[in-house]
Amino acid sequence: MAKRIMLPLAGAVLEELKAGDSVLLNGVMYVARDAAHRRIVGALEKNEPLPFDINGQTIYYMGPSPAPPGRVIGSAGPTTSGRMDPYTPQLIARGLKGTVGKGMRSQAVKNAIKKYKAVYLAAVGGTGALISRCIKSSEVIAYEELGAEAVRRIEVEDFPAVVVNDIHGGDLYQEGKTAYRTVGE
Amino acid sequence: MREIDCQKITEAVSTLFQEACVYLPEDVLSAIKRTRENEESPLARDVLDKILENAEIASKEKIPLCQDTGVAVVFLELGQEVHVTGGDLYAAVEEGVRRGYEQGYLRKSMVNQPFSSRKNTTDNTPPVIHTEIVPGDRLKITAMPKGAGAENMTRLAMMLPGSGSRGIIDFVVNAVDEAGGNPCPPLIIGVGVGGTAEQTLLLAKKALLREVGKPNPDAEVEELEKDILKRVNDLGIGPMGYGGRTAALAVHIEVFPAHIGSLPVAVNLQCHSARHKETVL
Repeated sequence: MAKRIMLPLAGAVLEELKAGDSVLLNGVMYVARDAAHRRIVGALEKNEPLPFDINGQTIYYMGPSPAPPGRVIGSAGPTTSGRMDPYTPQLIARGLKGTVGKGMRSQAVKNAIKKYKAVYLAAVGGTGALISRCIKSSEVIAYEELGAEAVRRIEVEDFPAVVVNDIHGGDLYQEGKTAYRTVGE
Repeated sequence: MREIDCQKITEAVSTLFQEACVYLPEDVLSAIKRTRENEESPLARDVLDKILENAEIASKEKIPLCQDTGVAVVFLELGQEVHVTGGDLYAAVEEGVRRGYEQGYLRKSMVNQPFSSRKNTTDNTPPVIHTEIVPGDRLKITAMPKGAGAENMTRLAMMLPGSGSRGIIDFVVNAVDEAGGNPCPPLIIGVGVGGTAEQTLLLAKKALLREVGKPNPDAEVEELEKDILKRVNDLGIGPMGYGGRTAALAVHIEVFPAHIGSLPVAVNLQCHSARHKETVL
């Protein structure tokens, strides 16, 4: 059974989450991927204001397809998180609590998750049509010129995700693979 | 000589990409349904259920299966008796991509000068076009929107000629193991063996267009496909890397003769959203 979770993520919730848990996210997430991360971290390094206050927030790695008329957003599934690894530890150090994407994280990201008590969640890649139904509002709040890569604020309802890296050092990708590995040579 | 007008080609390409991005091919759907029966882990089953539900929603609501509607890869098989009229063949294909991505609300993912400005070209052009001249008076067009997640896990090895099937097995299995959940398993694994570096990569990509699980007609190659499939599924990666029995739905190997001093091997991965569509004009 999936646990319903409210965003922003509370400390007590982060304590409870364990690798492999299915969750349904409810509340506000910020959407950013490659180009937006380059700019956000560039702004951080120059002490310039960020497009949103990252403290306590959750970032979803996603670049949607255009919204057809009458829809909030187009297809909206996760992108590969590893490309954001060079930027993530410093964002977590500045208070970012959740990241949502797909695929493996670097050791540096996993260390930051443990040290600063954050969480990495995965959504099912390639299910952007399904996920778009959980997105109730979407607003571009920065870097509009980046098109699909602009920073958005979205409100989600029962957005399905799985805990991959938790504050206790759990790692679903490692544990899942080990549990089912039958390589015998 | 049979004449085919560029306008027809543009329309065909536009329609192919719009449909390919919304409808998952029947063979892919069946393979996913079959593999769901083999999974014990609730998480793995849930992933496969979501993939099937997503395909239903996409086709019903006409929205893309995946937001990454890819680089527009186009394969042309141009009959040598065809005379293309009314313009430039490649410009016609490019216009088809431009229209299809605009009209279908597909994501425009191409950036120019990839090492510096990375500015979006805003219409998903240019496409990547592979043309083959074949006998006959037809033009076969295959549209393959290829997402970056799986494409980024591509591998090429110029192996020692004596490496044999053992070398190929280790190379492919290792590539899939290292990729883990990144390329969105369950995968279709395209493998090219032989030719030159660029030829073997193209073989690997073309192998992805084969009907899912249809074996190579050469018995020895079919054996190798089965062997590699078993081994990659034994890795435990499972759907989306959450752990499980299915890392891949199929392994498709295409072989070409090679130089006495070469054994090129390429791996090109296809995510579970194995989108492609073809038509013959």
